[in-house]
Amino acid sequence: MKKSYFSLTILVLVLLFLYIPIILVVAYGFIPNGISMQFTGADGSFLGFTTKWYEQIFSGAPSVRKLLSSFWLSVEIAALATLASCVLGTTSALALHKWKNRFQKIHYALVYTPLIMPDILIGISLLMLFVACNVACGFWTIFIAHVTFCISYVTMTVLARLADFDNAVTEAAYDLGAGPLYTFFKVELPILMPGIMAGGLLAFTLSIDDVVITSFVNGAGTNTFPTYVSSMVKHSKNLPAVFALSTLMLLGTCALAALIRVLTNLRMKKLS
Amino acid sequence: MDKIERKKKFAEMVVSLPSFVWLAVFFAAPTLIVLSFTFHDHTANGGVAAAWSLATWRDLVNPDYPTIVWRTIRISLEVTAWCILLSLPCAYAIARLPKNIRAMVAGLIMLPFWTSFVVRVFAWKTMLHPDGFLQRCYYIFLDIRTWLFDWLPGFLQSFLCWLGLATPGAADPASATILDSELAVVLVSVYTFLPFAIMPIYTAAEKFDFALMEAARDLGAKGFYAFRKIFIPGVRQGIVSAILMVFIPAIGSYVIPQMLGGTNCVLIGNKIFMRAIQNRNIPHASALATVMALSVLVPIGAWVWWKSRQNAKDKKRLEEATRESILMGGAS
Repeated sequence: MKKSYFSLTILVLVLLFLYIPIILVVAYGFIPNGISMQFTGADGSFLGFTTKWYEQIFSGAPSVRKLLSSFWLSVEIAALATLASCVLGTTSALALHKWKNRFQKIHYALVYTPLIMPDILIGISLLMLFVACNVACGFWTIFIAHVTFCISYVTMTVLARLADFDNAVTEAAYDLGAGPLYTFFKVELPILMPGIMAGGLLAFTLSIDDVVITSFVNGAGTNTFPTYVSSMVKHSKNLPAVFALSTLMLLGTCALAALIRVLTNLRMKKLS
Repeated sequence: MDKIERKKKFAEMVVSLPSFVWLAVFFAAPTLIVLSFTFHDHTANGGVAAAWSLATWRDLVNPDYPTIVWRTIRISLEVTAWCILLSLPCAYAIARLPKNIRAMVAGLIMLPFWTSFVVRVFAWKTMLHPDGFLQRCYYIFLDIRTWLFDWLPGFLQSFLCWLGLATPGAADPASATILDSELAVVLVSVYTFLPFAIMPIYTAAEKFDFALMEAARDLGAKGFYAFRKIFIPGVRQGIVSAILMVFIPAIGSYVIPQMLGGTNCVLIGNKIFMRAIQNRNIPHASALATVMALSVLVPIGAWVWWKSRQNAKDKKRLEEATRESILMGGAS
């Protein structure tokens, strides 16, 4: 079959387009001058690379303390929101899969609509709710908002997994005398686990990266990593530290992905 | 019997209610609150007036808003068109790669997504800086364009101006920067949403039977003709999801125009944020949000309706054909 060089060229160009900013994110983390964001000084001479931003991050220097605390807040909220949305998403997927009546139709609409709503609408409507109920915005309002938009993604992932779930397995468990709870924890949950994990991973990524919804419901003074970064101005002295931290995050995710890959490969080998 | 029924119902409720209640309270109810706020006027101290009124909707025709709504829709369509245009050949190329490389390239496409979105936008902002490399390239491009069009006869030049391909007279240096212009917003939006357009088309392309393309070529179809007539209809489902994956976030876009569009490219999202947080005009923010929701839901609703009608038609045709064939079979 003839190769299409035209489409291959486009693919290579698109990959370049996608990666140039990433390469720059890594490069900016080594920039000596945080104000001009250039490797050269005012006279055009090359100043060289610096690792001072990494040192600041690892030693928790006061100049990056706010950045670090916003980062840990993001991790904390993402972890909690993932946990909650995994529980709620799994139960809703089970309900939607098991029963098909009018109530479940409404339930499905409730789960599906957040997926096709722009983020900003979820943000503003939650803000209105908190304003109407006189709730002070902060940690817990961010948590509620994140759970709300993560549930739908978890539900959809688990539903996809349930689509090829063999009901005979649970029936066999019932026939052997297991109760519904026992069957759920010993039979259904282990089979659904990969789906829940995939949904949870998606929820975690979405939550830790969300800026639009969070910027509506965070209130004054509570900043997650994305809202903190977006509130920084261009000529902030600490900008390279943000890029350095992002490089570390990227490395962390890559390492995690590689680890998961190796572990699944090992398991596959053991099984076969 | 009744007891078993009730027990079943109880089980259903236990499983469905947690997510149902959560989404009803934190998604459905707030949406209705927003909708109801649009029918109230705003008060001077940033609250919502108690009396019902249509003043907010009347204010919406204020010359500012329709321009912004139109600009948002135009930019979203532009971004969607670019994304689809670029992702079709990409998806095609990935699907044609050997199987072991395919998964790796697909992973490479999604990897940028693992760096924080805001940080990537910041990187773009630094890259598009007026002293930066890209801006210098853009100046050269503008110079070449002006130089080329200087040689053209006047009427042709004005025709090109009308098409938007040429700038009339000398280029205004302020409008020639990429940063703080629509160009930057479109560029970075395409950058951000492209992986989400490539993925669904690629998933569809992976299931596509490339023998069909070969058959078309054997029957004399030239490369691009086969691509247009066989491949594109073959991955139609993927294209539709790609359009949704790009168009919806593009309409709701707020961070990109905020950070890169400056004052020249204010979109609905920015206006909503401004009205809700800065001016504390909650009814106006609600009305704009409603307009945004409608501009997303109306096309999707229309498409779903059209699709279900199409399905019903196909079903009917199939039924008729079956009935006919049964009748014919009975006759013979």
